[in-house]
Amino acid sequence: MVDQKKTAGNLQRTKSRHSFWQTFWKYRVLTLMCLPAILFFFLFSYMPMPGIYVAFVKYNYRDGIFGSRFVGLQNFQFLWESGKLLTLTRNTILYNLAFILLGNFLAVFTAILLNELQSRWFKKVSQTMMFLPYFISQVLVGVLVYNLLNYDTGFVNQILGAMGKDLWQPYADSKVWPVILVLIYLWQQTGYNSVVYFASICGTDPAIIEASKVDGANAFQRIRYILLPSLKPTIIILLLFALGGIVKGNFGLFYNVIGTNSLLYDTTDIIETFVYRATMTDFNFSSASAVGLYQSVVGFVIVMTVNYVIKKIDPEYSLF
Amino acid sequence: MKKHEEESSAAKVKLGRTDIFIRTVGYVIISLYAIACVFPFLLIIGTSFSSEASIREIGVQLIPREFTLKAYQMVVASGGIWKSYGLTILITLTGTLVGLGCISMAGYALQRKDYPYRNAISFFIYFTSLFSAGLAPYYLTMTQTYHLKDSYFAVWLPLLMSPWLVILMKNFVKQIPHEITESGKIDGAGDMTIFVYLVLPMLKPALATVGLFLALGYWNEWYQSSLFLSTKVDVKPLQYTLYEVVNKMDALKNSVAGQYVSLADVPTEGIKMANAVLATGPIIFLYPFVQKYFIGGITVGAVKG
Repeated sequence: MVDQKKTAGNLQRTKSRHSFWQTFWKYRVLTLMCLPAILFFFLFSYMPMPGIYVAFVKYNYRDGIFGSRFVGLQNFQFLWESGKLLTLTRNTILYNLAFILLGNFLAVFTAILLNELQSRWFKKVSQTMMFLPYFISQVLVGVLVYNLLNYDTGFVNQILGAMGKDLWQPYADSKVWPVILVLIYLWQQTGYNSVVYFASICGTDPAIIEASKVDGANAFQRIRYILLPSLKPTIIILLLFALGGIVKGNFGLFYNVIGTNSLLYDTTDIIETFVYRATMTDFNFSSASAVGLYQSVVGFVIVMTVNYVIKKIDPEYSLF
Repeated sequence: MKKHEEESSAAKVKLGRTDIFIRTVGYVIISLYAIACVFPFLLIIGTSFSSEASIREIGVQLIPREFTLKAYQMVVASGGIWKSYGLTILITLTGTLVGLGCISMAGYALQRKDYPYRNAISFFIYFTSLFSAGLAPYYLTMTQTYHLKDSYFAVWLPLLMSPWLVILMKNFVKQIPHEITESGKIDGAGDMTIFVYLVLPMLKPALATVGLFLALGYWNEWYQSSLFLSTKVDVKPLQYTLYEVVNKMDALKNSVAGQYVSLADVPTEGIKMANAVLATGPIIFLYPFVQKYFIGGITVGAVKG
């Protein structure tokens, strides 16, 4: 009886092992097609993960990550007690909130206005112009901003000078940068972001809009009661997705516009710029990794929460 | 005929005051925003053709007061910019082709309903966008495990793929009718044959979209270069060359080496602007023709895994 069971179990196991290899062999070509991608993400995303351990040691170059002295949470403790972690988190989140809320508001606004315009030619040309900032490198964005704002040759100061006003020195004044950075972001992204909303408006049934006109709805009523409600699901989903990334900063923008101008750090230093400097300038890998790990963990929790919320609202749109 | 219909229906419904108001506001605001998008570029182009003396005197200018090609002559004469161009074009072309190959193969395999490992592999790829090791461990792995410091591969490899592009490709492949793959299978074609002869030809718009995102990423690359290419490397990708010319006086001086005795004589502002124009030029000429593919990318609903 016992023997029989055993044999049956063995048989079952050999069979399943057999069928595993069978399946594996049957789909070998598809697996082979995935192999470059698997290898890529393994090498560049998973291989660095054990290195997170550097956040828990006092790193020195000679001993490497795993030979350096283990210090537990000391790196985190230092960043916390110095108030650095709090400042970085605050800056990153507040900038992102402004980017997300104003960005989506302006994108919806632009899409609705574009939809109201009649001239095809005008729509095409203006949309092409509005796309331009999206296609350029962040390095060039830094140059453009410098051309407008620098003290000696900048465009803004030329105008102020011509009007006989005092010249402006924004690169020495940290208070003005939250506004400037948000404006730059909106300048660069609004044209591109409005595309999703514009496409969504174009997808609404023209018969409904036509009917509302026949019923005597004016343009504001049309926007308020037809267009905006039809955009509502898109707006909510895009807002939630964006909120999922609220602790991820826009490194390219901040690094190219602010760079290493330490006069401006208290209002413009975000997690990414701090980590970059700690890694590349100070070679303080332990501190950099501590902040990075903190960011990844918080980010992960937020994405999971957001995904849970989206799943409740509409499972169609959930990430996984 | 169709136009005629539109006109008659428009005539039927009287244009209300609010319509006129919104249209006027629309034309004004959209025009202003569109101009604001282009204006800073004109400022750079104008200044790049201005004499250094006039830049120092009155600043950046839309229309050069003293027209000169000197900055361009100096940048071109040093020859460094052409090497950067060559490198960037090489990196962009090879990276886009190889990346496109890998992404489309994975995208195809991962949406095949009968492929038993598709969920596991999809998650393996997608997870990297949810949780990452962070910059410091990445930097240490690249430099100490792979020894890629000062290697062009450190710039080329990490841009080959991204989870987002794989998902985008997957969503494109999903739109291809299932019957096409099935018919291939019935005819006894292998998976690779089906992919190359049946699926790829139908994926042309997807290949254009994903390829352009890849190409844009490579052309605008400066970040990996700033991490991994030190001063030991002479020729750097175009955007990072621009970064160095703009931010580091030494780099600017080296970029026109041998042509001037002292730094005081170098038209620094003009050279920065000329570099900016040269590094961006091809994009400005090309993007109006390819922008529809980028629109395709965002409207295909690329957000879902």
